[in-house]
Amino acid sequence: MSQHPAIELVGIDKSFGAVHANKNINLKVEKGTIHGIIGENGAGKSTLMSIIYGFYQADRGEIRIDGKPLDIRDSQTAIAAGIGMVHQHFMLVENFTVLENVMLGAEGGQLLAKGVSGARKELKRLETDYGLDVDPDALIEDLPVGKQQRVEILKALYRSADILILDEPTGVLTPAEADHLFKVLKVLRDQGKTVILITHKLREIMAITDEVSVMRRGEMVATRKTAETTVEELAELMVGRRVLLRVEKGAAKPGKVLLSVKNLTVKDARGVTMVDNVSFDVREGEIVGIAGVAGNGQSELLEAIAGIRKPASGEILLDGQPIANADPARLRALGLAHIPEDRHHMGLVLKFEEYENSVLGYHRDPRYGRGALLDLKAIQADAVEKIEKYDIRPPNPRLKTANFSGGNQQKIVVAREIERDPKALIIGQPTRGVDIGAIEFIHRRIVEMRDAGKALLLVSVELDEIRSLSDRILVMFAGKVVGEKTPDAGEQTLGLMMAGIAA
Amino acid sequence: MEFYDIVVSILGSTIRLSIPLLFTALAGLFTERAGVFDIGLEGKMLAAAFASACVAYVTGNAWLGLLGGIGVSILFSLIHGFASITNRGNQIVSGVALNFVAAGLTVVLGQAWFGQGGRTPQISGEARFSPITLPFVDAMRDVPFIGPLYVHVISGNNILTYLAFLAVPITWWVLFRTRFGLRLRAVGENPGAVDTAGISVTWLRYRAVIVAGFLCGFSGAYLSIAQSAAFIKDMSAGKGYIALAALIFAKWKPVPVMFACLLFGFLDAFANFMQGKAVPGIGEVPVQIFQALPYILTCILLAGFIGVAHPPKAGGVPYTKER
Repeated sequence: MSQHPAIELVGIDKSFGAVHANKNINLKVEKGTIHGIIGENGAGKSTLMSIIYGFYQADRGEIRIDGKPLDIRDSQTAIAAGIGMVHQHFMLVENFTVLENVMLGAEGGQLLAKGVSGARKELKRLETDYGLDVDPDALIEDLPVGKQQRVEILKALYRSADILILDEPTGVLTPAEADHLFKVLKVLRDQGKTVILITHKLREIMAITDEVSVMRRGEMVATRKTAETTVEELAELMVGRRVLLRVEKGAAKPGKVLLSVKNLTVKDARGVTMVDNVSFDVREGEIVGIAGVAGNGQSELLEAIAGIRKPASGEILLDGQPIANADPARLRALGLAHIPEDRHHMGLVLKFEEYENSVLGYHRDPRYGRGALLDLKAIQADAVEKIEKYDIRPPNPRLKTANFSGGNQQKIVVAREIERDPKALIIGQPTRGVDIGAIEFIHRRIVEMRDAGKALLLVSVELDEIRSLSDRILVMFAGKVVGEKTPDAGEQTLGLMMAGIAA
Repeated sequence: MEFYDIVVSILGSTIRLSIPLLFTALAGLFTERAGVFDIGLEGKMLAAAFASACVAYVTGNAWLGLLGGIGVSILFSLIHGFASITNRGNQIVSGVALNFVAAGLTVVLGQAWFGQGGRTPQISGEARFSPITLPFVDAMRDVPFIGPLYVHVISGNNILTYLAFLAVPITWWVLFRTRFGLRLRAVGENPGAVDTAGISVTWLRYRAVIVAGFLCGFSGAYLSIAQSAAFIKDMSAGKGYIALAALIFAKWKPVPVMFACLLFGFLDAFANFMQGKAVPGIGEVPVQIFQALPYILTCILLAGFIGVAHPPKAGGVPYTKER
């Protein structure tokens, strides 16, 4: 029996201006399998999937669905060919109901009334067939993220998709929600659907896929049966050289308490309590990690300590000195540096040139100028030094920051904050959207800071990162610290705490 | 009874003054719900008023005049669409530019064609929409209380007035009961969701601005060939902006939009009534105070008295596919 692959790509090539995003890509995905596509940020995974979904057209090459060549000019064609896509950033209308979102684009007639009852019936059927339960009349904005993702999957299935593409689906999920998603994907596969899973998390690839293809710098470098490969091999294929997946570090030698948070409560602009009576200490020479699903108050905690958000009550002490009402400039002067969670939003001005960003926040330093005037020569010399030390590429201080890759942008921020030699450093999502090579580098710097006797507070939604870097782990759920663990606590234990189930 | 007559007369002019606001605010509702800000409502109204007057004068037919107004207004919409949808330009700048174009062009063309200082000649008879007398007016005239209301407020308006009030439920129905409405609301909130569902964001937004052009055509025609009998320079007099305020005040919902427009219309009517009259206890108040009332109210309302108004999330943002 000669069965055609569900989808086959032959010689797909795509450039955006000077950027060659996909180079001569060949790929076969067999029917009824879960196929992983793994690669670093900017390796071209998302571009490739967008081509399959008709968002972009390939410059060259052919897409075959079920053995037949298909010219996918727009998403409509892709949908008609049975391709469904679950985007990394959900494509949902937040103030619509689940039903309206599912129907959008497949309304079944000019008037809504006609399609509604049919859509309800179909949703019911999908719910029983695949275990995808969700209230059709709930508003999207009222649903937790895991359920929102379920709506995305339902949208695809409602349009009778046979091939389901998921782009980084677990980034926003708790470990428990991710496990549930994987169960759903397995059910889908067992019912004959084909699943393509795009991710940069090796663990997920090993846990759920049947086959895996690796992309690097726009090229498809290898395809392996998952059972016949290892995490180490995949990591090496992704980066193109051997990488250390574990952070190497010795035992911590904690000294005196440097950063102290006491009964801190922080509210957001609407007056909702985001951080609820939180207390903890960070000592010299240790890394305290804060684990938690995004949106449980970690961001507000960081912002309060960094002086960006005024706490509602409570105390923050740096080396015994109260700093709860100090502004960021004063905090920097006192020796508290901050690597913000979102480099685009807070860490950098993307339209500035690299050297300008490399002193931002410290530009009042007499080293960089006198009075109102900046000493551009000194700043640029300083930037060049950091570029060399942190291997920022391309090594050009006059390049617009937006033109650096995510990993290099993050290095600019990390270099700026660490090179001031602060007493304490608070770090948010140090490696979000950063490629493996740069992750390794940034992690090493963080551990070096610890070994130099600095106090570090680390917030990350990547549990693996928290576990490999931290000396102590605090878990936040719904604004409260629900427990403290050592890094050897099992992922399961931490996962349950992050979901608010166990303390 | 004299007081009641005054009330009836103010209500009558409230209706007359609300109609251009209502058409225009509904026009804005369509574009803004689709995620395209339309500060150019004012200009569209003015251009439509001029076009309607010209066509009506030349052909002697009010309906052809209306058609001319609609045509020109849609043309303005398409220019706005070309700048802000196709070429992803700044929607505010494009709208403001169109307002200036309309203000300048109407006067220049008016002067060139008719030589009356930017006015069009007087229009009369069939070339105007005249008041319609509803049935039973004579019978109702002597009924106490409801009688005057029926005769002077409900009856005796021109056809466009009735169409404006009819446009409210129709707008609601289109928005919440049709496929087009669902997609329109979706594209104003998250165009990505529309695009990934295989629907063209561009075409959908174009249709929204065309509908807006269509409705502004009515408000323009109302100004020049229903309410007045000629086009006068700058006759829209900021009504497009007031309509926009009413739209925000009503949180982009059709029925509240109607009430908001009636409220602004009422304030306008009240200001007219108070002209030259003494306020008990204060004496004569400069008429400008009353004329400023609608605008002061707008400021106060927009400053938060209506609670937070959540505009469509994707409003004002040109849609670019993410890379």
